[in-house]
Parts: sequence; structure tokens; C-alpha cells
Amino acid sequence: MDAIIDVTPIYWNGFLTTLLLLLFAGVGAFVVGVLIATMRISPVPSLRVFATVYTEVLRNIPLLLVLMFTGLVLPILGVGLDYFPLAVIGLIAYTSPFVAEAIRSGFNGVAVGQAEAARSVGMGFVQTVTLVVLPQATRMVVPPLINVFIALTKNTSVAGIFFVDELFKQTGAATRDNPGSVMLVLIYAALLYLAITIPLGLIAGAIEKRVVVMK
Amino acid sequence: MSLSVLYDAPGPKTRRRSMIASIVGVIAIVAFAYWMYVILAAPRVNAASGVTTPGMFDISRWDILADPEVWIGFGNATLNTLRMAAAAAVLAIAIGIAFSLGRTSRFAWIRIPVSVLLEFIRGIPVLLMIFFVFLVVINDSYWAGVLGLALYNGAIIGEALRAGVVSLPRGQREAGLAIGLTPMKAWTFIEFPQAFRQMLPIILAQLVVLLKDTSLAYIVAYPELARTVGDYRNFFGSRYMFTLFLVGLVIYLTLNLTLSWVARYVARRSGPRLGKALPNTPKQIGEEGTRAITLPGRGFEPPDPHR
Repeated sequence: MDAIIDVTPIYWNGFLTTLLLLLFAGVGAFVVGVLIATMRISPVPSLRVFATVYTEVLRNIPLLLVLMFTGLVLPILGVGLDYFPLAVIGLIAYTSPFVAEAIRSGFNGVAVGQAEAARSVGMGFVQTVTLVVLPQATRMVVPPLINVFIALTKNTSVAGIFFVDELFKQTGAATRDNPGSVMLVLIYAALLYLAITIPLGLIAGAIEKRVVVMK
Repeated sequence: MSLSVLYDAPGPKTRRRSMIASIVGVIAIVAFAYWMYVILAAPRVNAASGVTTPGMFDISRWDILADPEVWIGFGNATLNTLRMAAAAAVLAIAIGIAFSLGRTSRFAWIRIPVSVLLEFIRGIPVLLMIFFVFLVVINDSYWAGVLGLALYNGAIIGEALRAGVVSLPRGQREAGLAIGLTPMKAWTFIEFPQAFRQMLPIILAQLVVLLKDTSLAYIVAYPELARTVGDYRNFFGSRYMFTLFLVGLVIYLTLNLTLSWVARYVARRSGPRLGKALPNTPKQIGEEGTRAITLPGRGFEPPDPHR
């Protein structure tokens, strides 16, 4: 039981760092993801191709390798950033395709008749998307988007391998410092992660139910 | 050519404009790539010490690739990655089936603990899972990776299978019970086979995720691909980091894109056609983007496989 009290300060710091990673990477990935999703449905073929290649490539690289690039290769190339912003950049790069896919799946959720109706009253691409499809898609996008952020929460742990003092890294340190109560210390860390992911999951579930009713 | 309802088939003017846009885009990308190349190829000067090191494409940064030992090492690492992924995939599907059964059990004393366990497993990072298995359950890096990955992905596959069973028309199960099958038999012979086929695309997508996640066995020092890149960097020095990273990247991309392609091919072959008989056909994830809006919006939204 002493171990729990001993590790609480470093866990707390780690937990805060994890939250910060989640916040910065989440906002960044959302912005980039919206951009990629827009390119992916745009009428300009070269933008579509670029967005598709970006999505396909980044989705098929392990996160560890992406963070290895930002954490170990970029410094060699002369990028003089700290490990925290480098990890944020890596997490944004890795998460943005998933955000884009979630948004696209929301677009798929809007009935075709909606877009057809908009087109038939003479709206152009931009009008159809911004006035008719997007407002309806937003609602349906929220639950899958929250799922992406849940995944991001869990993925921040990989940044711990690359010198960011977040919760997982502190967990590793805690298990070395408390060899007698390894299991306790690990479960403690797991509960801290669940403290983020389970509320997010509940929110997603609640919104999903309301969306289903509205359909 | 485009089937999207969001915009008209392009006329001559639009075609010309989008042609110009495409050319500008390609030029911009080529220019960017060239700029990257110049930056990478330029010799590096350390600001603090003033020491100059050769550019990234200098032969002195690539000479280790002439050593067959290095390639044998990469080959073994790839095999280790595949071995772990294969074992974990088989176990994950078995665990997934068990979870989906437990989660829908008639008996509360099975259903509730399984549900809690599922939430627990799905909510924590895979990395922590592997670490947990390594320190608490079995002190072997291979099995820690396999068990950690199998538990985590099994939980997600289990949820997918359960959603597949739920989305079946109720008449399927009722018909089974009406001809005298026990609930278990109705599940085994009627519900599960349909749900499995219907959810195959999602299960395969999850297996691609699993293959990627084998890189997380890095943490327990299993000699897979990512670990090998790291070890070689420590052995040969960080001036080879860029080279080693590129080799690792190409191998991973080849493996994952191949598996993704196979997954998509299988999904096309088995998923939609069999699904057509069902009212709630799950949507295919990752189909061609421009046709997004033309797909009908009704039906059941599968759980996100990347959760």
C-alpha cells in the first residue's frame, strides 16, 4: 500500500503530461484531419490523390515508427525542438488520417437524398457541403471521432518510449522502484488511463443513442 | 467518371481548371520532394562544435547495407514480427469469440464480469497490456507480446462479433429455437457463422492494426523489426539512424499494405454479397473517397476497429 502513496506524485505528473499530449495532439489532429477529409471529397483530383496517399501511408506505419521518426530522426536532421513538441507532431501525423476517416464515415451517414435535393435546387459543391451535408454529418461524426480520441489517449503511452515523461514512462519507473508491488502499481496506472477513456466512451455512447433516435 | 452527387460531371472549363490545379499540385509536390532531398543531402554542421558530418545520401551513411549480416538481421526481425502477429491473430480471434459469447450470456454471473473485463482491456493502452503480461503473468518477451496483443485485439474483435450477432434479424435465432435447437446451438450454427462473415472486413482491419502493434513488443525487448532498427542504431551509431529508419519503414509499409490489400480483397469477395440478404449491412470502411456520399446512409454503424 505504501507503494501507491509513493508513486502518486510521479503518477500525477505523468497523468498531467498525458492529458497535455492528448489536448495538443487532439486539437492538431482534428484540424489536419478536417483538412484531409475535405481534400478527399473535393472535386480536384490531385487533392483527392494526395489525401488518399497521405491516409494510406500513415495508417500503415506503426505509431512506434512515426514517433521514432520525430523523436530520433528529426533531431539528427537538425530540428531543434524538445521531445514533447516532437511527440505531439508525431501523434498528430499518426492520428489525423483516422480523424479524416471518421469524418468521411459521417459524410457517408447522411442520406443521399439530402445532397441530391440540395443539388437539384441549384446549389454548388461548396453550398451543398457547408449548408446541407456538413451540419447533418457533424452529429454523426461525433461518436466515431470520440473513439479516435480514445485511441489517441492510449497511443500517447508510446511517446513514453521516446523520452516524454508521461504516465507510461512513469509506470515503468514505478515498477523498477517498487519491485514488491509491481501488480498494484500497474493496475494503478491502468485505472488512471481508464479515468480518461471510460468517460469519453460513455459520452460517445450517449451521443450515439441520441443520433439513432433522431434518425 | 465521378459518381459523386456533390458536384456535376466536369465540363470542358472545369476540366481545364482542374487539370491546371493538378499540374500545379504535382509541381508543388515534386518541388517539395526536391527541397527535402537537397536538405537531406547537404552536409551537416554541428552548431556547437563546428564538426561537419556528411549528408544523408553520402555513401558513408549507407555502407552498412552492403553487409549481408545486416540484411539477415532484418530478415530475421521481419520473420519475428510475422511470427508474433500470426500467433496473436489466431489467439485474438479465439479470445474474441469467447468474449462475444460471454458478453451475451444468459447468466448474469458470466455476463457482468466479462463485460467489466472487456471495458478494462479496451480502455488501457496495448503497451501497458504487454508490459503487464510481461511483469505479472509470464516473463518471456515473445509470449508477453502475443498474449498482450491477443487480449487487447480479442476484446475488440469480440465486440465486433457481438455487434454482428445483434444486427442479425431476430427471426434467425427464433427460427433456430423453433426447430428445437438449444440457445447455444442456435448461436453456433445459425447466428455466429452469419455474424462472422458479416464482420470479416472489420476483423481483418483489426488484424492489420495487430500487425502494426507488434512493434510495441519493443518495450519487452522482443527482437522484432522496430527493436532491430533501434538495436542497430545503438550498435552502428546514430549516423546510420536515417538509413536504418528508411529500411524499417519500407519493410513495414510493404507488409501492412499487402495485408490491407488482402483484407480489402477478401472484404469485397465475401462481405457485401453475403451481407445483401441482411437488412442491416455494415458499411465498408475505407472505400473510394470520392464516392462517399453516394453510399446509402441507412444501416448499422460498426464499432471503430481502431479504437
